[in-house]
Amino acid sequence: MRWGLILGAILAGIAVLAALISFAWTPYDVTAMAIADKLQTPSASHPFGTDHFGRDILSMLMVGARTSIAVALVAVGIGMGLGVPLGLLAAANRGSWIDETVMRGNDLIFAFPSLVIAILITAVFGPSAVNAIIAIGIFNIPVFARVTRGGAMPLWTLDYIRAAEVAGKRRARISVEHILPNIANLLIVQGTIQFSLGILAEAGLSYVGLGAQPPTPSWGRMLAEAQTMVTIAPHVAVIPGLAIVLTVLGLNLLGDGLRDWLDPRLRVMR
Amino acid sequence: MIETRDLSVTIGTTPILRDVNLTLAPGTITGLVGESGSGKSMSALAIMGLLPHRAQASGQVLMDGRNLLTTPEPQLCRIRGHRIGMIFQEPMTALNPLMTIGDQVAETLTIHGDMPRDQALARARDRLDRVGLREPRFPLSLYPHELSGGQRQRVAIALAIALRPDLLIADEPTTALDVTTQAQILDLLRDLVRDEGMALLLITHDLAVVAGIADRVAVMCDGAVVEEGETEKLFRTQSHPYTRQLFAASRHAPDRVPTRAETPLLQVEHAIREYGLPRPSAFAPHPVLRAVDDVSLTIAEGESVGLVGESGCGKSTLTRAILGLDPLQGGRIRLDGQAVTAGRAMPPALRAKMQVVFQDPFGSFDPRWRVERLVAEPFHLTGRPADWRTRVGQALEEVGLQPSDAGKYIHEFSGGQRQRIAIARALIIRPRLIVLDEAVSALDVRVRAQVLDLLATLRRDHGMAYLFISHDLSVVRGITDRVLVMEKGRVVETGPTDTVLTEPAHPYTQRLIAAAPEIPAEWSVA
Repeated sequence: MRWGLILGAILAGIAVLAALISFAWTPYDVTAMAIADKLQTPSASHPFGTDHFGRDILSMLMVGARTSIAVALVAVGIGMGLGVPLGLLAAANRGSWIDETVMRGNDLIFAFPSLVIAILITAVFGPSAVNAIIAIGIFNIPVFARVTRGGAMPLWTLDYIRAAEVAGKRRARISVEHILPNIANLLIVQGTIQFSLGILAEAGLSYVGLGAQPPTPSWGRMLAEAQTMVTIAPHVAVIPGLAIVLTVLGLNLLGDGLRDWLDPRLRVMR
Repeated sequence: MIETRDLSVTIGTTPILRDVNLTLAPGTITGLVGESGSGKSMSALAIMGLLPHRAQASGQVLMDGRNLLTTPEPQLCRIRGHRIGMIFQEPMTALNPLMTIGDQVAETLTIHGDMPRDQALARARDRLDRVGLREPRFPLSLYPHELSGGQRQRVAIALAIALRPDLLIADEPTTALDVTTQAQILDLLRDLVRDEGMALLLITHDLAVVAGIADRVAVMCDGAVVEEGETEKLFRTQSHPYTRQLFAASRHAPDRVPTRAETPLLQVEHAIREYGLPRPSAFAPHPVLRAVDDVSLTIAEGESVGLVGESGCGKSTLTRAILGLDPLQGGRIRLDGQAVTAGRAMPPALRAKMQVVFQDPFGSFDPRWRVERLVAEPFHLTGRPADWRTRVGQALEEVGLQPSDAGKYIHEFSGGQRQRIAIARALIIRPRLIVLDEAVSALDVRVRAQVLDLLATLRRDHGMAYLFISHDLSVVRGITDRVLVMEKGRVVETGPTDTVLTEPAHPYTQRLIAAAPEIPAEWSVA
C-alpha cells in the first residue's frame, strides 16, 4: 500500500516545484493586465486560460503556490518551534503544575474556533500574509504540544530513560537526546498534516480577503474573484479550486503514507 | 486425539519448524520445552491454524483423523475455541478491558454454542466457579482491571475451557506470575486435565515447571523436537546433548567469589517511601500507599546481596530510592558515607559510584543510538575521557563482545548480547556498586548461566558490590552471599543465602520456597 505515499509525494512535489520555479520564471508577468485577452479558455499560449483582467492563470497559480506554501510552512514552523518544547516540558514534568499549566493553556486555545480567531487577528491588525501566518501558527502550537506530550509519555517509562537518569542527566537533556529523536516520526507526520491544513486555512483567509493582499496572487483570492463569473467562465474558478484540493489531498496522502512507513510497529523487527 | 505428523513450517526460505511429531492424548499433559526462538509458540499457532500470513506449513495436524492444515478457515473458526482452547502468557492483555468477565466467558459460548445469553451467563458462572473465582467474591460483573494477574489468568482459563475443548494449549501461562500464584495456576491446570479429560500442551522455558506437572515432555531446539518421552524417564536419561545442556544451565551456579572487605558501602537506614494514590472522591484526602516501610540494609564493599520478593513488594521502589531517582519520606540512604538524595542534589561524583542493569534487554537501550554512544553514556558523570572509544572497546571485550560491535545499533544484538552491553554500560565508569534489577530474568537458561558467570568473573576482577534484585529465589542462590526477603514493603528475613534458602525462618520465605517449582534432586543423570 505504498501507492498513497507515492501519489501524495507527486502531488505535493508539483506544488512545491511550481512555487520554486515561480521565483525564477513564470510564463507571464502576474501583474501585467491584458484586458483584450480576458477570460480566455485554455489554449497553447495560456495553458489554463486567463482571468477577467487577462492575467495568465498558470502564472498566478505558480506565484500563488509560493504564497500558500510560505504561509503554511512558517505557520507549521511556529507551531513546532513552540509546541514541541512545550510538549517535551509537559511530558518531562508529567503530573506536576507545569504539565497542568501547559496542557490547560492548550485546552484554552483549542476551545476557540480557529478560523474565527484568525479572522479576528487579521481584522484587528490588518489583513496581510504575515498576520495570516501568525493566526494560523498560534493554532498549530497546541496540536504539536499534544502530539509531543502523547508520544513522549510512554517513552519516559522505559528503562533507557532510567539509565540516562542514573547517568545523572537532567530531564531537559534527556528530552532532547533520547525523547525527541524517538518521536521525530510522529512529528514529521503531524507536520505534513498541519501543513495541508495551513494551506487550506490560508486559502480560506484569502477568500474572505484577509490573507495576502493584491497584487500578490493567492489561491483563495483567485477563487473569490472568480466566483461571480463561474457561469460564464467556469475554468477561472475551477482551476485554483483544483489546485487547493489536489495539494491538500497530496499532503494528506503523504502524511498518512509517512505514518505507515515510519511506524516502527510496521517495520520488520530483526 | 490431536497429533502432528511431520509438521514443518517455513517463512520465506527460512525453516521455522522441522518435522514436528507430537501426540496429544486426552487426559495427558505434554510439556513443550525450549529456548526462545526454538519454535514452541509457532508449533502451537500451527496447531491452531493461526500461522502468520507468509508462513508455509506442510505435514499434517490431525484431529480425529482430519487434517487441520487443509481445513478451510470458516470450519477452523468453529474448531478454535470449541475443540481447541488457548491461554497466553500475559494475562494483562489477553482480556478485553471494556467487557465484564462474565460477558467474555459467555461470548465464547454464544459464538460457538448458539446459546441464549442468560444460559451462556449461567454456564459462564459455572466455569468461573470451576477455576476458583466463586460468588459472591467474584460476580460476573467484574472488569479485568479489578482482578490481580493470577485471577485474570484464571478468567483466561475459564474462557479457554468454556466449551470443554479436547485440547488446551497454554503458552507460558505462568511466566508473568509470581511463584506462589504460579503454583496455584499449575495446580488448577492439573486438576482440569484430570477432571475434564482434555489434553494439555504446556509451553514453557522452565524445566522445573514441566518436571512438576507434565506426563510427557518434548524438548525443542531450532524448530525440531530433539527429544520426546515420559517426563521422569527423559529427565533421568537426557539422551540428547542439547537436553543435557539445558539441564546443566538451569542448575548452574557460578563459582563463589570470596568477599574480603567489611567496610560498609551502601547503608539504608529505616527507609520509608510513600505514594499518594488518586483521591477516592473529589474532596477526600489522597490515600497514602507505603511501598517501602522501615527498611534497613547494609552492603559491604565487594559484597553481593540478593533482594527477593514478589511483584508489588516494594523492591523496585526501594531500588529507585537507592539509585537516587526518588526521594524518601523517612530514613536515609548513604553510599560510601555520603547521603544519597534524589535528582540534581546528588553530586555526579557520588552517582558515579553506582550503576544499574535493568531486566528488559529490549527497553534498556535507545534504539536510535549506536552502541558506543550507549555504553559511553555514564561518562556524563565523570567527564568523557579523550580515549573514551578505547575504553568502550575494552568494556565490550570484558563482557565478551567485540570492540567492533561499538558501531552497531542495538537491534543487531540478541537478548543475551544486549544484557552484556547493559553490563558494559554499567561497568565503564568502574562503579563500586552495581544494582542488577532482575537482570537475568528475561534470559534463556543457557544465556542466563553465561551472564551469571560473567557477573561472577567481573566481581572477582574488579571487586565491586552487587545488589541483585529478583523475584526468583533460584537465581540469587548462585550469585549472592547474603539475601533479604521482602514482603509488603518490609524486609521479613535476612541472612546468608544458603541458610535462608535451606532453613527459612519466616513463614513468607517458607511459602516462597515451597511454591518454587523444582526438579526432584534424584532425577539427575548419574
